[in-house]
Amino acid sequence: MGDLVPDAETRPFWDGIAAGELRLQRCEDCERAVFYPRALCPHCFGDRLDWVTSPGTGTVYSYTVAHRAFGPSAGDPPYTVALIDLDEGVRMMSRIVGGATVRIGDRVELEITRLGGEESPALPCFRVKESA
Amino acid sequence: MTGRRRAAIVGVAESEVGRTPHLTVLSQQARASKAALAEAGLRPEDVNALFVAGNWSWAPALTLAEYLGLRPDYLDGTNIGGSSFEAHLGHATAAIEAGLIDVALITYGSTQRSNRSRSAPRPPATLTEQFDRPFGLPQPVGAYALAANRYFHQYGATGEQLAEVAVSARQWAALNPDACHRDPITVDDVLGSPMISDPLHLLDCCLVTDGGGAVVVAAEDRWPDIGTHPVEVLGHGETTTHSSIAQMPDLTVTGAARSGPAAMKMAGVTHDDLDLLEIYDSFTITVLLTLESLGFCKPGEAGEFVRLGRTAPGGDMPMNTNGGGLSYTHPGMYGIFLLIEATRQLRHDFASDPPRQVEGAQLALVHGTGGVLSSTSTVVLGRS
Repeated sequence: MGDLVPDAETRPFWDGIAAGELRLQRCEDCERAVFYPRALCPHCFGDRLDWVTSPGTGTVYSYTVAHRAFGPSAGDPPYTVALIDLDEGVRMMSRIVGGATVRIGDRVELEITRLGGEESPALPCFRVKESA
Repeated sequence: MTGRRRAAIVGVAESEVGRTPHLTVLSQQARASKAALAEAGLRPEDVNALFVAGNWSWAPALTLAEYLGLRPDYLDGTNIGGSSFEAHLGHATAAIEAGLIDVALITYGSTQRSNRSRSAPRPPATLTEQFDRPFGLPQPVGAYALAANRYFHQYGATGEQLAEVAVSARQWAALNPDACHRDPITVDDVLGSPMISDPLHLLDCCLVTDGGGAVVVAAEDRWPDIGTHPVEVLGHGETTTHSSIAQMPDLTVTGAARSGPAAMKMAGVTHDDLDLLEIYDSFTITVLLTLESLGFCKPGEAGEFVRLGRTAPGGDMPMNTNGGGLSYTHPGMYGIFLLIEATRQLRHDFASDPPRQVEGAQLALVHGTGGVLSSTSTVVLGRS
């Protein structure tokens, strides 16, 4: 699966997912969370970024139910792709697993999932915890 | 604005649009370039600046210059998706004002339909894409669907309001013999078309076509030699807010909120001065968000703005008068066709076809969008 390309900056994130943890960067200068991983803080341009482990809780900012799938990693539609606002204040794209109907404002929690079966990479997906 | 050396669009042309397996991305640009220069009465050797966007070469400007036999002194390969060409026009105008160039050629060509590149497997993810691609969002429609659902949530907007945009575009397309889809559609047709990525249906989505276009821009010193009515570039603005939709700060506010006011301020015009709008319509939601971000109405009110045929033929704010990307053509990066149509309207090229011509049009706002609501570029054009 060619969608994951861990590199010098992003490998700690993917290693964390493989180990069952959602790791985010945190800027030591402005103390804000940073996602995705990078060399400079996009908030303050600081270069002192540390890794912290996120509890993996957040809120659905938006979602779509894909009825057509494009690309090798898409899987069988329909499925729900969502933008999750993590409680640390960063937003990430993800997949909602667990089958619940999704609404904006739903509270969600991390569920690391191999979407393409056991041979596929572990991905940070989310499950609805509390409906809006 | 006084004292500057003015720039105007003096020639426009498209190549064949639709399905054109007999053309390549290069021959499309060649045909459009020849026609646009011929319309202006300019020769290839008059061109001293070349503006190109696309993903079909490691360096499109170099490939196209060689292919056309041009030796430009000024090159710009700014590639910000479908808004590239409005950006090129702004950059060409700045270079003309600065005295760096006299005649610029802006071109685009695509064979995405014939070679099925739109639905082809994408190359492996790189760099930042690794945080989006694994989740299977159908691109680009899924990104616009995320924006549409958020917009619905915040403002109580509906699929019916989105559908009005497609219905209006189709009414304009019915007047354009070159439009790919000309049969009338209704709001119910849009809502009844297959769901692609909820809440966007098939008829909320732009076409997938081949096509190419060219725009020739000239400094005012050259206007006396030109065979067409010059369409002056009065203002320009451009910006980007994100690359991935996951990093868009607010899914309901686009970069048009910056590029639009910048272009209108430079042009010295207000919303009420404008006679027509050419607004990038990759999806119906693109238009509603853009109208609000440009300031034509308040947040959440674009559905009302486009209702009752206000932007359709005969309406008081004609928009996407060739049928747009939704019904005319959309070869992937649609922005050059916005410029071509606005130019023709401001020259009154359709004067003999009253329903198609926006009567007495003097001022147009042209707005390009690129990526997944990622970049915007706005220009204001005026009949000189």
